[in-house]
Amino acid sequence: MAIADTHSHDDAPRSFFTRYIWSQDHKVIAVQYAGTAIAVGLVGLLLSNLMRLQIGFPGIFEFITPERYYQYVTMHGMIMVIYLLTALFLGGFGNYLIPLMVGARDMVFPYMNMLSFWVYLLSVVVLMASFFVPGGPTGAGWTLYPPQAILPGTPGHDWGIILMLVSLLIFIVATTMGGLNYVTTVLQARCEGMTLLRLPLSVWGIFVATILALLAFPALFVSGVMMLLDKTLGTSFFMPALLSMGQGTDYRGGSPLLFQHLFWFFGHPEVYIVALPAFGIVSDLISVHARKAIFGYRTMVWAIVVIGGLSFVVWAHHMFVSGMNPWFGFFFATSTLIIAVPTAIKVYNWVLTLWRGDIHLSVPMLFTLAFILTFLAGGLTGLFLGNVSVDIPLSGTYFVVAHFHMVMGVAPLLVVFGGITHWYPKVTGRMLDERLGRIHFWITFLGTYLIYFPMHYLGVMGMPRRYYDYANYEFIPASAHALNAFITVVALLVGAAQLLFVANLLWSARHGRRADANPWRAASLEWATPQTPPAHGNWGAQLPVVHRWAYAYSVPGAAQDFVPQHAAAASGGLEPDPPAASAQRGGGRP
Amino acid sequence: MNNAATLSAWDPGPRGRAVETGLWLFMAVVSMLFALFITAYAMRMDAAADWSPIAMPPQLWLSSALLLAGGLLLQRAASAARTLHHARAQRWLLAGGMAAMAFLGSQLWAWQSLVDARVALAGNPAASFFYLLTALHGLHVIGGLVAWAATAATPAADEPRRRALYIGLCARYWHFLFAVWAVLFATLGWLTPEVVRFICGRG
Repeated sequence: MAIADTHSHDDAPRSFFTRYIWSQDHKVIAVQYAGTAIAVGLVGLLLSNLMRLQIGFPGIFEFITPERYYQYVTMHGMIMVIYLLTALFLGGFGNYLIPLMVGARDMVFPYMNMLSFWVYLLSVVVLMASFFVPGGPTGAGWTLYPPQAILPGTPGHDWGIILMLVSLLIFIVATTMGGLNYVTTVLQARCEGMTLLRLPLSVWGIFVATILALLAFPALFVSGVMMLLDKTLGTSFFMPALLSMGQGTDYRGGSPLLFQHLFWFFGHPEVYIVALPAFGIVSDLISVHARKAIFGYRTMVWAIVVIGGLSFVVWAHHMFVSGMNPWFGFFFATSTLIIAVPTAIKVYNWVLTLWRGDIHLSVPMLFTLAFILTFLAGGLTGLFLGNVSVDIPLSGTYFVVAHFHMVMGVAPLLVVFGGITHWYPKVTGRMLDERLGRIHFWITFLGTYLIYFPMHYLGVMGMPRRYYDYANYEFIPASAHALNAFITVVALLVGAAQLLFVANLLWSARHGRRADANPWRAASLEWATPQTPPAHGNWGAQLPVVHRWAYAYSVPGAAQDFVPQHAAAASGGLEPDPPAASAQRGGGRP
Repeated sequence: MNNAATLSAWDPGPRGRAVETGLWLFMAVVSMLFALFITAYAMRMDAAADWSPIAMPPQLWLSSALLLAGGLLLQRAASAARTLHHARAQRWLLAGGMAAMAFLGSQLWAWQSLVDARVALAGNPAASFFYLLTALHGLHVIGGLVAWAATAATPAADEPRRRALYIGLCARYWHFLFAVWAVLFATLGWLTPEVVRFICGRG
């Protein structure tokens, strides 16, 4: 790849408006994305606490009616998976890190990047608007299964579900615009010497996750459009002939199962759209904060790619209870268990990176270690649930709630906290307050275990999920109710502790300790910008040239314990299997 | 400004390569979208016995010819732009866009003939899919026309490389739209429940 630096340096926006609001700078867009995602995430958090109030102390809070309870459940799920985690990892971390880590001046399509954020914001506004329409937001469950999602009896079956579907369609447009940018930037805008196999794993994780998003979100789009037509124009794509509230409907012949297939063809890759960036970021944090090269870099890259590919052939494991040909069940159980292989390789490699490392228990490292433990616990219960015969009795219970919250709720969020703490000095030029960070970490980490570990037991005991209240269920012992009350108290505490994190973000932006350009002594390129925070165009007059991978830590004989990616070739610290000389000359290609 | 008489052996440059990659990716996303719709179409066809196929309106043949012609005209425009024949390129370019607009007109005509034959959107699933899929394909053509209009409005003399690149990309996207349409037309017209059952091994 010939790298011509065609960027003109005098095009920095001058007015406040073009600089911070209608901005085309990837760094500003990243902060806009992250800020919006965190704000909407706080709404999701509040909803989870309201939900827990009802489960822990049923009947005490009269405003939590059954309808509202289901609306809280639904909106909590959708907000957290799509509008918080997906937007934050791709739109937030992706936008900030990709150009800086690959040595580009910006995304390749800055205008489309800006549009991506504004369209995302529109989707959030439409979603939030559903709280204020007649009937309130949809209470169909985050999976929005028809026929119930659009029939009377489900809360928000009128306006709520329509706004939800419209918001999702808008979100998909935003994600596609962003995604085309991220993938093209990684493929076409890497600086000289930055081969694909020198990219930091954060970029690899976000890159593959974005490809998954580009190919999986169309399935949600298809199901969303068809359900919207079923709801508004009376088509029967998904709606079978049925009586609703004793009345005949005009629907006939539609297939609810078809919706489930489409939804989960999106829904399972979605898990990895969230998980792969987390995997990548964790790999980088471990390496920096243990002062050691990541163990098995190439294996890590291949594991990310293989997990991405496999994530498209496991979707029906979410549908074991919907009834299917036993051979299908066998196939999907097998493919699901196979995914554990590359995933386990990643966990081993993280642990082996820590082995004999110079481990600094900084806040990012604490979150990283917490991620490994949490992901491991959540992943192992996934092995249980991947088996059809185990899944069927457990599917409707709190065991599943515990599993997916550990593996794709809490685990990626721990990475979000670690990642933000790690890159905050680059974004703002100041450090996050360490003491607040540690308090937030311990409450969040221990708290989530106190919340979700007991849920496994509740699930194995047979306690059903999705229920509004558990009065008069003889098989549920009093101890389970006590446990639920305990979980609720902890959830409220953990919820409140998240405000510490937000307060830290806001306070430290003005009052935090000033950071130097590379406070963690990291080797990757984003720490090598001439200014901190990086100016428009990122690199000053000259684009950087890269001579090695991003993991040159504790290199024997080196002047300091890391060698930056852009340091002169003679400084050593080459990757174990450096590219051929031709790639060194020409840059780009692996 | 390039002084050579031709740009045919030209390197699109970093910006051009990025735009080309972006378009390839976009076409992959759109392919996925329509592939999933077609899968849903086949699965819905097989889901219940309420499927009653609709006769394809003859206007669709005209539509197909217009879309194919649009792509070929844009291809000629791209060749002319690369050999720096600006006026000729502009003529072919305008003709290609007109053909695409005529395609949309012909599609609307086909819709009108179905409506006249009392084929309603919610009447039966074959009709629902027909209207939905043709509308979505039409939207992608309209999106292409936006890019086409932006290209046509760029003055030729200023940046001949960039213009040649963009006209070439328009042509590529039009070929893609035609390929998608050909598959859609074949699916809507000739995929029957029997074929689906045969493919699923239950025929």
